[in-house]
Amino acid sequence: MNENQEHNDQQNLNEDQARRSFLKKLGIFAGIGAVATAGAVYVGFDHEKKKNPTGKKVRVLTADGKLMEVDEAELEKNENAATEELNELQRRGREGLPGKHWVMVIDLSKCRNARMCMAACQGAHELRPEQHHINVLRMQDADHTEPYFMPKPCYHCDNPPCTKVCPVDATFKRQDGIVLIDNERCIGCRFCIAGCPYSARVFNWIEPLKPANDRVYDVELNVPQKKGTISKCLFSADCLRKGEMPYCTRACPNGVYWFGDRNEDTVTNGTTKETVSFSELIRKNGGYTVLEELGTKPQVYYLPPKNRAFPFQYEGKTELDPNDSRIGGGRG
Amino acid sequence: MASTKLSSEESRKVLDKIETDLIRPMRSHKGLELWLLFLGLIFIVGGYAYFIQLRDGLGVTAMRDYSSWGSYIANFVFFVAASLIGMFISSVFGLLKIKWVIPISRIAEMIALAFAMWAGLVIVIDMGRPDRLHHVFLYGRFQSPIVWDITVVTSYVAISMLLLLIPMIPDASILKRRMSDAPKWQQMIYNLLTLGWDAQPEQYAILKRSMRVLMILIIPIALSIHTVTSWLFAMTLRAGWDSTIFGPYFVSGAFVAGVAAVIIAMYFFRYNYKLGDYITDYHFNRIGQVLVLVSAVYIYFNLNEYFVPAYKMRTAERLHLEEMFTGHWAYMFWFAQIFCLAIPTFLLIFKKLRKPKIMLWLAVFVLIGAWLKRILIVIPVQQHPYLPIQNVPDSFKEYHFTGIEIALNILPIAGVLLIITILAKLFPVISVWEVAHEKGVDETIIK
Ligand code: SF4
Ligand code: SF4
Repeated sequence: MNENQEHNDQQNLNEDQARRSFLKKLGIFAGIGAVATAGAVYVGFDHEKKKNPTGKKVRVLTADGKLMEVDEAELEKNENAATEELNELQRRGREGLPGKHWVMVIDLSKCRNARMCMAACQGAHELRPEQHHINVLRMQDADHTEPYFMPKPCYHCDNPPCTKVCPVDATFKRQDGIVLIDNERCIGCRFCIAGCPYSARVFNWIEPLKPANDRVYDVELNVPQKKGTISKCLFSADCLRKGEMPYCTRACPNGVYWFGDRNEDTVTNGTTKETVSFSELIRKNGGYTVLEELGTKPQVYYLPPKNRAFPFQYEGKTELDPNDSRIGGGRG
Repeated sequence: MASTKLSSEESRKVLDKIETDLIRPMRSHKGLELWLLFLGLIFIVGGYAYFIQLRDGLGVTAMRDYSSWGSYIANFVFFVAASLIGMFISSVFGLLKIKWVIPISRIAEMIALAFAMWAGLVIVIDMGRPDRLHHVFLYGRFQSPIVWDITVVTSYVAISMLLLLIPMIPDASILKRRMSDAPKWQQMIYNLLTLGWDAQPEQYAILKRSMRVLMILIIPIALSIHTVTSWLFAMTLRAGWDSTIFGPYFVSGAFVAGVAAVIIAMYFFRYNYKLGDYITDYHFNRIGQVLVLVSAVYIYFNLNEYFVPAYKMRTAERLHLEEMFTGHWAYMFWFAQIFCLAIPTFLLIFKKLRKPKIMLWLAVFVLIGAWLKRILIVIPVQQHPYLPIQNVPDSFKEYHFTGIEIALNILPIAGVLLIITILAKLFPVISVWEVAHEKGVDETIIK
């Protein structure tokens, strides 16, 4: 109590002053919270600002030997050739091939589960055996219908739910329709896996199969793979740049895959190299996309598994284990 | 509890008693070292587990390509849920001028702040590349619900902190006077928080106005943190998450978890801090009623969330509902729904059972159930995507918690307890000046 008394006695402060100083301090107090939040936002803006072009163009030689002009601002941080090459790969990787819109048509009546596509893909992308950019699934649509094999790559959706949810733009859709991943930017939140209704994405849960060893990351091949980041089918964007067909389409011995450009309205068979009209192929053969009711607009079309020259057979059985299909348990 | 003004003589006496009662437990450190040692041990084990996870990758958990979100995300949802309680108790009840919450609102705020602060860390534990955390600020895109979540959670932490500290101003001034023997740094904190408090009527006016503004401000932010957290799931196309009621469903569940956490903390502080005169049976009775109310709302949302799709049994939803009701997840599901929600709610309807000890046990069940429920919301859905899971090892099709995962889920819980411990040792867990006010103590001497 004594302390209290003393305190009271000392109270000779101008009240108004006390009030004002209290207010001021309270303000500072509240300000700290606001500043902390604003600070985080500012860092983001500041970075964006730094990326603004200076207007000065510089000539550089690209990795594939082309001479090109880039903005000086983009060169700022290129300390050595490796980062320069990386930046160039990233830049053109994000841009895509102008004027193209890639599509794939998969003919289910021809697929015999040879899995050459899976092997070629896993080899090219340095994937572990359980990681699939393309996965040949055993499907059955309804009770009593005939089971069939369905190769499932990423569908490179025109309305991709996976890129929408990525917080850092590490997965994105390019002008030529390909949905790519930048594993130099990915933070490994796996929101895109949750977002993809087709289970097309895989994650590098542990160290990738092959170490990076100073190799420069190619965003169009997603190699070297990186621990803690995403991977998925890229429509072999690296091959397309070189004018080749994707790895899987070329590896198939059964003529299952057609690949081409929707804008040109042509697709070429990976096995026979025959080229036909894309729209005619899907129109005449009842082409469809998977779960189109989700509104994702897949760019991989299927031709139904009709008139097959061979029966369904998996591990010696001609019928599908009910637990193995979508209408059964969905867990094979 | 109508307050009648006391004479200045009585005021001093009453205030002195309140101060003594509420500050005493801050000075007693009995068992504190042992407790801190225990928490420290959890931190060491958790830290080691995190080191292994960083070194070897997220593969050390049970998460795989299909169930790619696991117990960390469930834990995150739980943390965000529990943090909502601060807004519920001190804001909603405070703005409605409901007097009985006064002695427990600071406890609720401490719990809220502790959970909200750690929620951010839980999400970092889940990241495949935590070293790239800054990418969110460098390349953040606003269409991603994760960015919304980060924005609202940070704002919530900031406002919760203010809501805890601003009403602390008069108490800080009391502490400054009464804790003159405390270590230098502690006195400095009190000094700083006092902000020139002198118990002038104008100062009260400013204080109350600021508190009111914060209380109003925190309501939409608190609602949005949990709504946005629910959107991490509801914004996807997955059967089982693709639900329009996820926002209110999550928010109502959050209140259940939060009230249970407050009941446990009330019990602990009442007996351990000997605050029986302040946190009385009456308060337990009241908060018990609140738990019944929020649980009833939550049960209603559960009914909508499970019964409606179960009636239709659409292919994609059927697979995951069957696993919940009768399959792999059935034990956990029914345990959480019946023993941790339905039964406690039913029992607490009876006034005779709304007694501290019984409520403590029921609250523990409710809280465990709340955690399990988050697991049930996050994991089973992912095990039934639209297309079958094939050509992968069996470990991709099931979810078996690993030791590392368990250690890293317990670590943030220990972190929450640590923050609450520190706060409870630095500040009275019950607001001295507000209790004094209630008892009719002369305002001008509270400093
Ligand atoms: S299939 Fe999945 S990963 Fe591929 S674009 Fe569509 S949503 Fe994205
Ligand atoms: S895991 Fe990577 S690519 Fe996928 S959403 Fe997160 S940051 Fe984007």
